[in-house]
Amino acid sequence: MIEVKNLKKGFGDKIVINDVSAVLHDGKCNLIIGSSGSGKTVLMKCLIGLFKPDSGEILYNGKPFSTMTNEEKKFIRQEIGMLFQGAALFDSLTVEQNIMFPLDMFTKGSYRTKRKRVDEVLNRVALEKANKKFPAEISGGMKKRVGIARAIVLNPKYLFCDEPNSGLDPQTSLVIDKLIQELTVEYDITTVVNTHDMNSVMEVGDHIIYMDNGLKEWEGNNKEIIFSKNEKLNAFIFASEFLKDAKDMRMLEVAGKIDNDRDMNELMNNPDASPFIENK
Amino acid sequence: MKIFAEIGRFILFIKGMFTRPENFKVYWKEFMHQCSDIGIGSLGIVVIISFFIGAVSAVQTAYQLVSPLIPKSSIAQIVRDTVILEFAPTLVCIVLAGVIGSKIASELGNMRVSEQIDALEIMGINTKAYLVLPKIVAAMLVIPMLVVIATGLGILGGRIAGVGSGILSSDEFDKGLMQNFVPYNVFFALAKAYTFSFIISSIPAYFGFYVEGGALEIGRSSTRSVVVSCILILFADYLLSALLL
Repeated sequence: MIEVKNLKKGFGDKIVINDVSAVLHDGKCNLIIGSSGSGKTVLMKCLIGLFKPDSGEILYNGKPFSTMTNEEKKFIRQEIGMLFQGAALFDSLTVEQNIMFPLDMFTKGSYRTKRKRVDEVLNRVALEKANKKFPAEISGGMKKRVGIARAIVLNPKYLFCDEPNSGLDPQTSLVIDKLIQELTVEYDITTVVNTHDMNSVMEVGDHIIYMDNGLKEWEGNNKEIIFSKNEKLNAFIFASEFLKDAKDMRMLEVAGKIDNDRDMNELMNNPDASPFIENK
Repeated sequence: MKIFAEIGRFILFIKGMFTRPENFKVYWKEFMHQCSDIGIGSLGIVVIISFFIGAVSAVQTAYQLVSPLIPKSSIAQIVRDTVILEFAPTLVCIVLAGVIGSKIASELGNMRVSEQIDALEIMGINTKAYLVLPKIVAAMLVIPMLVVIATGLGILGGRIAGVGSGILSSDEFDKGLMQNFVPYNVFFALAKAYTFSFIISSIPAYFGFYVEGGALEIGRSSTRSVVVSCILILFADYLLSALLL
């Protein structure tokens, strides 16, 4: 379990993360959402140890990251898989070599064993035919999938994804979201996704933390988010065209016209039946 | 004050490289790759430059030695000593600072900007040890070899130019080449080569490793690294000459 306690981080005079506390749930897809500049990337970089917090603690299984020895930190980092915004693949290596790199560095198996594992993860991300290609020769979506394959090749306990859908078309974004969700369950990993894509929020948000201006404004899941009473969060989520129907439903809920999950499911399956839309 | 902060950060950067490798085999592979990249990659320019430096120094020395009292064989002596003492180590290393230095700075800068260095750090790899140490060790092994090759080719260039343009005969050149040879000069040239190769590899690595921003900053850091390397090479050249000669 990853726990964040009263985390603060600033650059110069600017405070980017202000007293954030949260628990990232084991085996779930934890989403950190918020608009650009809200501090979610800095929070993630603090979580993985790329930034040192000014104050507060990050605990991995109850142990503060800051008090860990270098060896302990190294060990924790080997349990972390990370998908970067631009995939961060090594340009000079092929897809196969990129995925094999962590295996070469940290395992002692034969080339055959490593190759087998690479094929397994490439199959899992549906990229079995791209193994000899260089990163420059594949599309953005494929790069993200290679990034995911590299992140899971050592069977990590934690998977961090920084804006996995940025720069991707909606269809490819859905594929990536689905893949992340499936891998979270399949490998029983704690996944932390940093995003401002509302499609992802609704697709994979088992646990959502909403950040605004360095503060944690709201915490919940993808079923609760559209019923949130937080004004800032509402402004953020209902800015999305995709959620216009959800906004309608939210207003119905406020008006007391729907009051249970069954009504909500019916409404979602058959939006034409919405009394709110009829009234319009 | 900023310069002291930079020097301090550079020392910590160098200190940070010395940790136990996560996997010796992977580091060895990277070291061999760098040896080939730095050595073979720069061989062409070293061959061309050193040959012509030798040729030009033979012709210009002959032009300045107008007295009939000075034997022609002394042209070979002067070519030999200038090539060994200055041209091969210093001039070749200044050119290599441009060729290798800009390559190292832009490679690491690009890796930093595209988060490849972050990706390695997340994996628990000491990025300074994995990315920088093999480059410095490879440069310190290969660049002195290039300097030795440059010395030989410089003298050969001088001989071909001198004999070919009728300044002196091949016998006169060979005789002058053997006269008053001081083996210590070769030691001095190699001492310079080792010092310069450390500068050529570590300074650009430092500038590239700490790039912040985008493509523009990569270019700027690459240029800065070459300028700083060249200045440090010339400063070290003077310092070593004052101390060792």
